[in-house]
Amino acid sequence: MMNQANTQNKNNRMVVKLLAIVVGMFGFGFALVPLYDVLCDALGINGKPSDTAAVYEAVEIDESRLITVDFITRTNTGMPWEFRSETRQVKVHPGQLNKVSFYVKNSANTDIVGQAVPSISPGTAALYMNKTECFCFEQQTLKAGEELMMPMQFYVDPQIPEDITYFTLQYTLYNVTASADVVAMN
Amino acid sequence: MTAATDTTHTNDHHDDEHHEHHIPPGIKRWLYTTNHKDIGTLYLWFAFIMFLTGGAMAMVIRAELFQPGLQIIEPNFFNQMTTVHGLIMVFGAVMPAFTGLANWLIPMMIGAPDMALPRMNNWSFWILPFAFLILLSSLFMEGGGPAFGWTFYAPLSTTYSSDGTALFVFAVHIMGASSIMGAINVIVTIFNMRAPGMTWMKMPLFVWTWLITAFLLIAVMPVLAGAVTMVLTDKFFGTSFFDAAGGGDPVMFQHIFWFFGHPEVYIMILPAFGIISAIVPTFARKRLFGYASMVYATASIALLSFIVWAHHMFTTGMPVAAELFFMFATMLISVPTGVKIFNWVATMWRGSMTFEVPMLFAIAFIVLFTIGGLSGLMLAIVPVDFQYHDTYFVVAHFHYVLVTGAIFSIMAAVYYWLPKWTGKMFHIGLAKWHFWCSLVSVNVLFFPMHFVGLAGMPRRIPDYALQFADFNKWISIGGFAFGLSQFIFLALLIKACKKQGEPVSSQVWEGAEGLEWEIPSPAPYHSFETPPVIK
Repeated sequence: MMNQANTQNKNNRMVVKLLAIVVGMFGFGFALVPLYDVLCDALGINGKPSDTAAVYEAVEIDESRLITVDFITRTNTGMPWEFRSETRQVKVHPGQLNKVSFYVKNSANTDIVGQAVPSISPGTAALYMNKTECFCFEQQTLKAGEELMMPMQFYVDPQIPEDITYFTLQYTLYNVTASADVVAMN
Repeated sequence: MTAATDTTHTNDHHDDEHHEHHIPPGIKRWLYTTNHKDIGTLYLWFAFIMFLTGGAMAMVIRAELFQPGLQIIEPNFFNQMTTVHGLIMVFGAVMPAFTGLANWLIPMMIGAPDMALPRMNNWSFWILPFAFLILLSSLFMEGGGPAFGWTFYAPLSTTYSSDGTALFVFAVHIMGASSIMGAINVIVTIFNMRAPGMTWMKMPLFVWTWLITAFLLIAVMPVLAGAVTMVLTDKFFGTSFFDAAGGGDPVMFQHIFWFFGHPEVYIMILPAFGIISAIVPTFARKRLFGYASMVYATASIALLSFIVWAHHMFTTGMPVAAELFFMFATMLISVPTGVKIFNWVATMWRGSMTFEVPMLFAIAFIVLFTIGGLSGLMLAIVPVDFQYHDTYFVVAHFHYVLVTGAIFSIMAAVYYWLPKWTGKMFHIGLAKWHFWCSLVSVNVLFFPMHFVGLAGMPRRIPDYALQFADFNKWISIGGFAFGLSQFIFLALLIKACKKQGEPVSSQVWEGAEGLEWEIPSPAPYHSFETPPVIK
């Protein structure tokens, strides 16, 4: 019986430690979110190109190589816009600055805010896709029936590995009117 | 492994005089109980009821798949059935059954009077029925229950789910809290309540495997809680964890989920390894071969389980280097698992084997779990997985490891320790019928799934191409037979609870060793109030 209080104490201390692990792991679950993004950014493994504009200066053009870039567009469910690429495919030299444009039309009868999200396949090419100007860096608001040509300017980093000769850039257009309204109200 | 006591007899008579009259009558006994044996019984009955509930849903699935085309239920209801069947079997049947066994057995195996935290023990059980009431009630609400698979991938569970998803999230939170409390209790009990002389390497393997399982539980259940919370806020509060439009990523859901999910599958199998390691030596009448290697193998499986999660997502477009890493890490797990299988076979080698019902289940476990393990090894190979992914081959794989693995081990455990709990031998005739009916039907049920899976039949779809019709008919017949076989088990359990049968000795099985066999049968309400002396 002398030991009982002692054991009780030992038990309580252990429970506190174990609960700390539980709380820590709950936090770790949420920490996985930024960790995942940081890791994917650093390694360029999930096909997400950078979402900030690159600066084009003193880039050497590698005339010896030619890289094929495909452009694919799609609209997400619940996005009533027409969305297509004016250029289906370009062949570019690494380092050379290129301009392509995309056509959108709001075919609904209400104003809609859209956000394009890019994805590159194979994912490892994403690290070498540098955009100096892109409509995907910001949201677009189109009035009912309005149409727009959206420019995109990019160059492929000459550091791109030899084995990548072909990649596809896909834009998915999302309807973000609901969340854009919330932001506007705030 | 040779532990013995000489103090138990004085304990019993002490129990009868001082404690029995404290037990409140009727339902209050069960509501207020803090006794590890009562709580173990509650867990086990709850798990069995959930096993029958989830099983009824499987019967609905198999009835719909009996022939091609849609006959009985709507596709949306079919999806709810596959989802809730999975959730109930994982969180309602297998996990509570193991927790029930832990409650019953761990204090008796380490010579402790009870679990370390008896009041928390009561809570961890009694919140569980509410979790499943909430989950099951969502099936009857407008829009239906969860229909996105037990893995609740975003955006199925966010953009495309019914409002009942909120109930699903709260139910999972409560289940998680219950498992975490149970796990904390197991760890504290094993660390602080062992009888003097019960050193780490003298602990029975069931205790070891549960200790490691409990650490896995407190490490990954909080991550699951985080994942469901993110689904909840994405769906109802406008966050974008998994929504690409808002800067999130649906593939990240899979990374977070499987970081929980893969250790979770070992949570459902490690205690089974402990059970088999107790049963095989008893009926082979030999000491367990390679006790220490069993402990290290269990620990290495647990550690490896944290670095293999992405083998569930080979087809999401990972870079080749990552696919290779996860492939080799996964294949590495077959090494410690192989050590275990080898040790069980080596224990039986030249043993004086007899084939009582627990041993029949244990041997069936070893053979059939190995089949499930081999199909798992096949799935680990990246290029092969591209063909097998999301087909019935995967369904066959995880049912071999979970039904003929985890559930067969639970049944083996129940048959092994039931006489100790009730003091009477169970009805051996019924038990043998239960075993043979289950064994034949479970293979008719799951083995053909390998073939239809290889031929390309996708999982989670209520209809299928005509060429799969014959196989699916057989699978359904096996399913119904396996479902019906469990009523034999129910009848046997009811007889056992009515205390029918031949009285048994405290040893029960001739070759059984361990502290739990040294207290009388039935095990008294309070045991080891004075710690036993371990030789």
